[in-house]
Amino acid sequence: MALNKEQIAQRIARELKDGYYVNLGIGIPTLVANYIPEGVNVVLQSENGLLGMGPFPFEGEEDPDLINAGKQTITTVPGSAFFDSAMSFGMIRAGKVDLTVLGAMEVADNGDIANWKIPGKMVKGMGGAMDLVAAAKNIIVAMQHTNKAGESKLLPQCTLPLTGVRCITKVVSDLGVFDITEDGFCCIEYAPGVTIEEIKAKTAGRLTIADDVKEMTF
Amino acid sequence: MNKVVANADEAIKDIQSGMTLMLGGFGLCGIPENCIAALVRKGVNNLTCISNNAGVDDFGIGLLLQEKQVKKMISSYVGENAEFERQLLSGELEVDLVPQGTLATRCMAAGYGMPAVWLLAGAGTEVADGKEVRNFNGKDYLLEMAFDADFAIVKAWKGDRMGNLIYKETARNFNPMMAMAGKITIAEVEELVEPGELDPNNIHTPGIYVHRIFQGTDYEKRIEQKTVRKRL
Repeated sequence: MALNKEQIAQRIARELKDGYYVNLGIGIPTLVANYIPEGVNVVLQSENGLLGMGPFPFEGEEDPDLINAGKQTITTVPGSAFFDSAMSFGMIRAGKVDLTVLGAMEVADNGDIANWKIPGKMVKGMGGAMDLVAAAKNIIVAMQHTNKAGESKLLPQCTLPLTGVRCITKVVSDLGVFDITEDGFCCIEYAPGVTIEEIKAKTAGRLTIADDVKEMTF
Repeated sequence: MNKVVANADEAIKDIQSGMTLMLGGFGLCGIPENCIAALVRKGVNNLTCISNNAGVDDFGIGLLLQEKQVKKMISSYVGENAEFERQLLSGELEVDLVPQGTLATRCMAAGYGMPAVWLLAGAGTEVADGKEVRNFNGKDYLLEMAFDADFAIVKAWKGDRMGNLIYKETARNFNPMMAMAGKITIAEVEELVEPGELDPNNIHTPGIYVHRIFQGTDYEKRIEQKTVRKRL
């Protein structure tokens, strides 16, 4: 069975290490916050100007001046700090954020990512994605392995306008976990019940299978 | 020293059609609601607006778009506005999409008196088209120019008659660096106080950057994505 969105988030959460400062993008990445392992303390950065993002507020306690980068109402945790947008991207640019998790429309086997524009169709803008992927040291992409037509989104090269070049380090899709290596995507884990043959058939980019590849457990 | 003006209409009275404005805010959070309403009333058009977002259809900069007062938007993300998308696809509106950190830093550069900055974001993408590229320590950087705005319009939580400002929570966002960057900076605040009432240790924007200040009225503070959790 391919992973659902919650499971993709749950698997990514295992990459969090104690003491990390983490930026979670919109969509599946946001769900990662629900699965932070016991005993692992991380600080969530919201690029609109907050370190120490907490859970959504209870009904009736929403504060219009307190939102995340997806414009959702949020709360803060003890020890949080507010700052302006220039400082927010300053800390991102300076490599202070340990891990960035974001979604993608396409990724390429050299680490390129495309997630901001479909020419002629979608012109919403890149938001903070280009700044994040240009600077972050460790970028995990959460995505579906194929599009609605069943075509691979893990490609030899991106067809859509790029967000960043040779920048991502890992992909967690509904089919498995893939490191970006010199030889392209390297499958290190596969979803429960998914076969290596299926992964090979649905990966258009260069693909290797790790010697110690294993089935994911939940 | 008294920078106080009566209201938004007085604060924006000399904004002319064709000018370039910076407008603070992220989404609908920390936007200068009173001044946007006054710009709609004044009916100036052909504006170039530098703002992270373009509001929603019926609020924020969306109100200026509805009245076709905007010629060009310089933003990082414009996804929540159908009228914006319609004007863009029909060619009525120009848009320059800029990475969010680049947008913030180009404002900051203006406020710090720097003509340009070298930034990493967008290198190797179409954002780099036509820009000077220089390699530092093995990485390509783009030469990004400081913005040049006739007016900056910001929203703060508290301010005093000398123009010192304090912002609240994530409503700070782009407001401080835009306040520093305008040739003329207008600040609207929720609470206007006398000099000495704000703790100098806690000032976010020193009054030297602010030319006009007034206490706004009737803040709606619309929430774009109300998200809550259940009580257990």
